[in-house]
Amino acid sequence: MEHIELFFKSIFIDNMIFATFLGMCSYLAVSKKVATAVGLGAAVIFVLAITVPLNWLLDVYLLKDGALVWLGPEYAEYDLSFLSFIMFIATIATMVQLVEIIVEKFAPALYNSLGIFLPLIAVNCAILGGSLFMQSREIQTLGLAFNYGISSGIGWFLAILAIAAIREKIRYSHVPPPLRGLGITFIITGLMAIGFMSFGGMLTGGDEEEASKEQTTVVKQIVVKKDAIDIAKNETEITK
Amino acid sequence: MGLLSKKDAKLITDPLADNNPITIQVLGICSALAVTAELKPSIVMAVSVMFVLAMGSTVISLIRNIIPSKIRIIVQLVVVATLVIIVDQILKAFAYELSKQLSVFVGLIITNCIIMGRFEAFALANGPWKSFLDGIGNSAGYGIILIIVGFFRELLGSGSLLGYKVLGDAIEKTGVYAYGYENNGFMLLAPMALITIGIIIWVQRSRNTSLIEHN
Repeated sequence: MEHIELFFKSIFIDNMIFATFLGMCSYLAVSKKVATAVGLGAAVIFVLAITVPLNWLLDVYLLKDGALVWLGPEYAEYDLSFLSFIMFIATIATMVQLVEIIVEKFAPALYNSLGIFLPLIAVNCAILGGSLFMQSREIQTLGLAFNYGISSGIGWFLAILAIAAIREKIRYSHVPPPLRGLGITFIITGLMAIGFMSFGGMLTGGDEEEASKEQTTVVKQIVVKKDAIDIAKNETEITK
Repeated sequence: MGLLSKKDAKLITDPLADNNPITIQVLGICSALAVTAELKPSIVMAVSVMFVLAMGSTVISLIRNIIPSKIRIIVQLVVVATLVIIVDQILKAFAYELSKQLSVFVGLIITNCIIMGRFEAFALANGPWKSFLDGIGNSAGYGIILIIVGFFRELLGSGSLLGYKVLGDAIEKTGVYAYGYENNGFMLLAPMALITIGIIIWVQRSRNTSLIEHN
């Protein structure tokens, strides 16, 4: 249950683009064509799924207050959390390099489709943001951290796919000249973000108060149904 | 202007308008959107980015000839991360509430595209003094947009500036509220930041038509 909740929460409610604006730079720069957007989105899911759990391990066994206690009781007082920025970014940069080398060696077809995007990803805010939010939201287990990485990646993927599809179509409409390109993309993203805000109440049925269990299960079922409808809607939008 | 030659002054003034990092170069959008619900965090963010970018550009420019080009991204990230840790620790020590409000976005200065973009495009090819000026100029251009967005969002959203109720009290109906004015709470939500920047771009490009994109 916990997993499903986190999964949908990170895709829809805390969507990286629409709720926290992470990875906007590449989102705006690489969303001119659907094909390239898909490539970048896939690379983001991939890298987030690897780096978030890794940084979770780093955080829990090295950086947190008292995390070094496994070395012996005299280390229990150390708090290295001020080092987390530099550790996280180092992990991300090395992992991206490593993934690039491995993918090039063993899956040349995948490398050709992801290749040019992988180095860009090291400096994508979405990746570091994923790790930092993982830390500040105090995600409990390794499994949940992995889940969080993948689902926020999927949320990012959906967002860039949708905007790329819209931008391909908008070329045929009459936009005021000063708004062409960047300006209209900003405004469309704003409108999409308003749309995504309607997911906000989706999971609070069980979160806020300890309502009776029957009630929550009913709410969850409805929520899941609503999800299915919304995903279907999204898909039709994208295919349009 | 005895201190700066004309060319050097251009490094500072250019990014303020016609080569603005946010509206023209499309760099550093993430943090620009997320912290601008109020004016105060916007100003703090602008100052932090200015510190990191100016210092970082100078450092990178000083060591530009000894960085092996293959690992330059990692070297740059380490320099930026160190500077950001300094900023973060200072904020935590002297402005704890504010640093809670900015949450992860101080850390995200590391991956702020402005920083990497300016390192790659300028600091790796120019001397330290010029890189310093370029850093100041670009972060000022970034700061201006942040402050404009923060100003409008706080004024229209909560009727105050820097926490002072400039439009009167909404509950006791003083000031403009006496005439039936209401705060637009929507301005405080995330999507309006995007639309505000969209409008800034619109205004800027209709004033300077050479910036219009053709596609």
